[in-house]
Order: sequence, then structure tokens, then C-alpha cells
Amino acid sequence: MTFWSDPDGFLANWLIHLLAGIGIPAGIAQAIGYALGAAVLSTGALLFVLFLIWLERKMIGRVQDRLGPNRLGPWGIFQSIADMLKIFTKEYITPDGADKVPYNLSPILTVGAVIMVWAVVPLAITVYGVDLNVGLLYIIAVGSLGEMGILMAGWGSNNKYALLGAFRAAAQLISYEVPMVLSLLIPVMLSGSLNMNKIVQHQDIWYVLFAPLAAFIFFITSIAEVGRAPFDLTEAESELVAGFNIEYSGLKFGMFYVADFLHSFTISLLVSVVFLGGWRGPGAEASPLLGFVYLILKTSLVNFIIIIERASLPRFRIDQMMDFTWKVLTPVMLILLVATALLEKTMAMAGLVPWMRSGILFILNIVLLFVADTVVRGHLARRPRPDVRGKERPVARPENYFSQPGSGV
Amino acid sequence: MLSNWLYIGIFMVVALFLPAAAIFIAGLLAPKKANSIKNSTYECGIETVGASWIQFKAQYYVFALVFLVFDVETVFLFPWAVAYNQMTLFGVLEAIVFILILLGGLVYAWRKGALEWH
Repeated sequence: MTFWSDPDGFLANWLIHLLAGIGIPAGIAQAIGYALGAAVLSTGALLFVLFLIWLERKMIGRVQDRLGPNRLGPWGIFQSIADMLKIFTKEYITPDGADKVPYNLSPILTVGAVIMVWAVVPLAITVYGVDLNVGLLYIIAVGSLGEMGILMAGWGSNNKYALLGAFRAAAQLISYEVPMVLSLLIPVMLSGSLNMNKIVQHQDIWYVLFAPLAAFIFFITSIAEVGRAPFDLTEAESELVAGFNIEYSGLKFGMFYVADFLHSFTISLLVSVVFLGGWRGPGAEASPLLGFVYLILKTSLVNFIIIIERASLPRFRIDQMMDFTWKVLTPVMLILLVATALLEKTMAMAGLVPWMRSGILFILNIVLLFVADTVVRGHLARRPRPDVRGKERPVARPENYFSQPGSGV
Repeated sequence: MLSNWLYIGIFMVVALFLPAAAIFIAGLLAPKKANSIKNSTYECGIETVGASWIQFKAQYYVFALVFLVFDVETVFLFPWAVAYNQMTLFGVLEAIVFILILLGGLVYAWRKGALEWH
């Protein structure tokens, strides 16, 4: 066992031997090793957020035909470090009317819940936090904890807009949880395991080729779970001032910001682990470092799509958002689940090789996507639209030429 | 096996400790000049009227109930999905009947108007 073939095990071994040398029993040394590993992984994740914030600001700047941050360091890359130093010296307050315990606990819980997901994600062939046999269930369970944090923020702020944001968050998150969990059933079905490592190792053919529609639905619903545009109704500034985090200031607000960026990167990580083959690629079994590079490349690609989509799509209305999950995603996902289960079992009994099975399932997914798309489009086209053109609208300055009827405006 | 959960436990403590420590350090570094105007509820910039912790729309309950049905469903479906590869066609068909009944439930809730947002 050398450092390059198994860095995780090598360092753990080295640490246990080091601690045994100064007379610490193996059990306690193991626990210390765990604590150090957890600290390194979560600190690494938190520091990585600084880079993500810079990346997203830069990219959204480019989309909006601006330069983005460009003053501090090459391409402004140190801008978020300066921002972090500044926000550490900013005063934060607890409003008098607030419910102190949920108000102060909520930023901690929101960030903590996102970091917890990283405990079971395999980063390379031998590099992972823990090889948990119910890893996927753990991710689903812990992922919902952050929403608890948003609810606590809304309720604890003692503020009507924050409370409205929290209510919307609760409705949105429980609704999008249904198709998300259903779409995760398909990788579990194909690999026969809830273990994240087994799911990655089983992907000789990426699961996105077995179930592109499930991967797509998982991607969409994950964005909704994070509460990013176009699903950012919890912080719709045109309706709710700032949403659930109005009353927060200083680093307490900064924590929500960190949680948002880290969560969006974490869901990109989950999409690439569960559907895009994780660390797998040519030569990744021999070298964990190479596997890690593959994983980061795949994750960056997914994260890139999330950022571009945030920059380009307008926000949903709340009834559209609820309709989308309950009347489109959930039925489509249930039908896809039934069809995949039936077809995959029949093909496995007929003895088809994996690439043929994946091809047939791929076609099934695409057909289902087009059928669903046609049905939804047809329904939207038939829906009666209220005619607003003939209505008299109150205007602030009736004598203004541009607001007069017949002026073509 | 048990040590896996020890790791998860330690990881959870660390994951909650780091943001808490950051907020604590920021509290030490930052100025503390609180006054009653600054500490009042901001809301939207003007003074707040009425209580915030009030009764809310019953519709949230309806969605929570529909969600509960599907959440319990997935609890049953995950063990089935893990055992899927060892299963005969009969076992798969049974689960499909189960899913179709739930799909029927979704259609029922839909027809009843439980999924309309007012």
C-alpha cells in the first residue's frame, strides 16, 4: 500500500501507528483519525465554496455582458477571499422579536446539513469518508435537514415575509422530494445496492445511458431542493423582499450564502456520482488521483449547466411550480419506474447483454420524454387564457402619450 | 459496521461545529453596537403591523398529506429496488401493481382538486 494507490488508507495507517507510538490505544486512535478526516473533508468543502462563488459571479457576469470580479489577483480570483474577510468583521444582530433558538440554530443547521452529505460520497476509488451500506438513504435523509433550517429561519425571524418564504420552502421541498426519491430508485434497481461505492463500481455503462429521463428529473428536482433559480421562490425578491433570510445579517446571512453555493455543487456531485459514473474513467482504478480529476471534471460540467440555467431562466410562479412537480414529474417518474422495472426484468431473463439493455432503455426514456412533452404542450395550448388587452388599466399619468389607448403601447 | 456510524456521528458533530465556530469567531471580531432601533424587526423597511405567528393556509396540509402517501411508498420501494436483481418476474409485477395503485391515488387526488394551488 503506497500513498498514490490508496492515499486514504495510507494516511489512516500512518496516523494510527504514530498515535500507537505515543501510547494511545487503537480504538481511540481510530476515532481521532475519523475526526481529523471529517475535519479535513468539511473544511475542504467550505473553502472550496470561495472558489465556487468567484466562478459563479464571473460566469453570470459574462452571461450578462459584464466583466465580473476582475480587480483582486488574476481574473479577480481572490475577490471572494476578500469578501469573506470583510463579512467576518461585520456586525450581526438578533432581532428583539425573534425566537432566539431557531433563529440562531438555523444558519448552522443549513450549512451543516449540506456538509454532512459529503461523508458518504466516493471521491475516488479508495478515497471516501465512509463506506456506508445505506449511503443513498443517508443522503436523502440528511438532504432534507437543510430544509428544516430554512423553516426554522422563517419561523424564528418573527416576520411575515420570512414566514411566507419558509411556507413556500416547505411546500416546494416536500413536493419535489417525491420525484427526486423516485428517480433515485432506478440506479438502486440497476445496481442492487444503496451503497454509493457499489453504485459507482457497478457503472460499467453510465446510468445516464440506462435512464436519461430519470437523470434529467433528478437534476431538475435537485435544483428545486436547493431552491435555486428558476425555483427560488423562497427568496423571490420581487414578492417577499428577500425571503426567509430577511432578518439575517453579517456572517449569519453569509452562512445561508455558503450553504446555497455548496449545496449546488453537492447536487452536481451527486448527479455525477449516481448517473455519470462518478470517478470512473480510463485508468482511474489504478490511480485515485486520476479518478478524482475525472469526478471533478464531470461535476464541473453539471455545475456549469446549473449556473448557465440560473443565468438564463426566469422564475416560476408558485402554482406553476406545484403543477410541474405533481402533474408532470411525479406521474412521468412513476410510469418510467414501472416501464423500466418491467422491461429490464424481461430483458435480463431473455439474456441480453448490458449495452443492448441500456440501448433499449435509452430509447424508452427518450420516447417517454417526447410523449410527456407533447401531452403537456397540448394541454397548455388548450388552456383558456384570459384576454387582458381590452381592459382599462389605471395609470399614474393619464396625459402621458405612451399610456394613451391607440398609441400602440 | 458500527465504526461506520461512529464516523457519521463524528462527521455530523464536525459539520455542525464548523459553521458554529465561524459565527462565534465573527461575533468576536465584529463590533457590537446594538440599539433598539437596529434590533427591531426589519420586515420590508416600514414598521410591522400585527402578529407574524398566525394561522396559515390549510392547503399546505393537503400537500403534506399527499406527500406522506408517496414518502411511505418509497419506504416500501427501496428494499424492493435493492432486491430487484434477485427477483422473479412475479415479484416485479407485484411491485408494479403496488405502484399503479398509488398512481391511481395520485389521479384521485388530482381529480378531487387537491393538487390545485389557489
